[in-house]
Amino acid sequence: MSSIARKLAGPSSSRGTRILGALALVSTVLLLLLGLIWSPREVDQADAVRLMYVHVPSAVVGLYFAFGVTLVGSIVYLRKQSDFWDLMAHAGAEIGVLFCAFVLVTGALWGRPTWGVYWEWDPRITSTTVTLVLYLGYLAVRRMDLDPVVRSRRAAILGIISFANLLIVKQSVEWWRGLHQGSTVGIDTQMDGLMFFTLAWGVLTFTLIFAWLLMHRFRLAWYEHQAAAVSLDDAIAARRGEHRSSLAGEAI
Amino acid sequence: MFELLRDARMVLGKDLLIERSSRVVTAQVVPFAVMILILFGFGISPDLRILDSTATVAPSVLSRVTPGLLFLAVLFASLLAIGRSFGVEANDGTLDGLRMAGLDPAGIFLGKAGAVVVQLLGVSAVVTSGAFLFFSVRIEWSVARAVLGVTTAGAAITAIAAAGTLYSALAAGQRERESLVPLLVIPVLAPVLLGASQATEAALFGAVADGWPWVAALAAFAALYVGAGILSFETLLEDM
Repeated sequence: MSSIARKLAGPSSSRGTRILGALALVSTVLLLLLGLIWSPREVDQADAVRLMYVHVPSAVVGLYFAFGVTLVGSIVYLRKQSDFWDLMAHAGAEIGVLFCAFVLVTGALWGRPTWGVYWEWDPRITSTTVTLVLYLGYLAVRRMDLDPVVRSRRAAILGIISFANLLIVKQSVEWWRGLHQGSTVGIDTQMDGLMFFTLAWGVLTFTLIFAWLLMHRFRLAWYEHQAAAVSLDDAIAARRGEHRSSLAGEAI
Repeated sequence: MFELLRDARMVLGKDLLIERSSRVVTAQVVPFAVMILILFGFGISPDLRILDSTATVAPSVLSRVTPGLLFLAVLFASLLAIGRSFGVEANDGTLDGLRMAGLDPAGIFLGKAGAVVVQLLGVSAVVTSGAFLFFSVRIEWSVARAVLGVTTAGAAITAIAAAGTLYSALAAGQRERESLVPLLVIPVLAPVLLGASQATEAALFGAVADGWPWVAALAAFAALYVGAGILSFETLLEDM
């Protein structure tokens, strides 16, 4: 790493992220105890229900919180040309894709003992898969070899359209066919109290993990952005400076 | 509004004139779409039949899945037409010429999307005839079925052209655009394929009334993307 890059890059962690990370870790341990040991088995699904405590929270946080951050970041970027929100939108999409893939894997693992197959042509599975590909496309646009401002503007337009599409895809496949278990969490919930608490705890845990990842990813993107903003002339000047000081060292 | 439509008509006319002289859609996209239909026949055996005690001749699986295959062929062919929409502007600084012509960006979007609609309507007419021929589709004809089928094709193709033109502009100026445009467009058009297949299924084999809600959904999707294109094209055009 050149000295100029070293000067720009700092740690992606801070006191705030360390506290958040510790909270997320403690919360994850409690979620594992709640989900695997303390909460009861379900009558029909038996132990497979325990996957719900990570599957549902990752879906809520990934599909709505993470891609929601991308939507908000994209709108604010187009209005104010703020680099902060542009990088926030990028960070949200990357984490959203990660959570989306996790939702599909845990869903398939739950489907095998419950439905007898890893994959069913079910609205939520299908729409989540299409959403994953939609945001992979968004990330591909973010890697386009273009002027950074042009790339950010195009990505922002795509970030807004993709969220609208997420809702359309979800609705269209709901109309198409339905097999997935309906929404079980609501005011008239029939869930066991501890099961409901574990699910809510799962949402809290995944929100903490998401916030922790988002802060780290955003800071890394910020450092990359700062490094990219350094002009070639500055980099050459810094490199010459390094060379001169090494020559001076040898002379001594 | 009048100027917007005038600009759109000029761009549409220009793109169709280019097609008339180059004949890319006629000589390349249409044969490509027909070839896809033939490949479906290789992939799904024409001898595979559905057990149906009410029918005198058991229908083939190919004939029953025609609605989906039809729009899959149109969708794949549309990728070529969409790619060409901005591909023709890539050389000789024609895009700069287009921008300097003082045309309304929304008019340019509508004109480009309109030209894709006209070309895809031609492709879908050939593909539909091909599907009836190759897959031996037998239906009971009625005016209501024909109206539903034609409206479905119109709404679906408008949706494909509007979304495709928008995403093609998003990927403009990229070396990797040939692979990027399908990655962006295909998931976006998944609901269109779904709606168009369901509505065509109703038009060919089911109750006509079941198809109209899908046509309404297709029209809403098309309206959304036409709106998104009109609003965002000025920004996209600036950056091309």
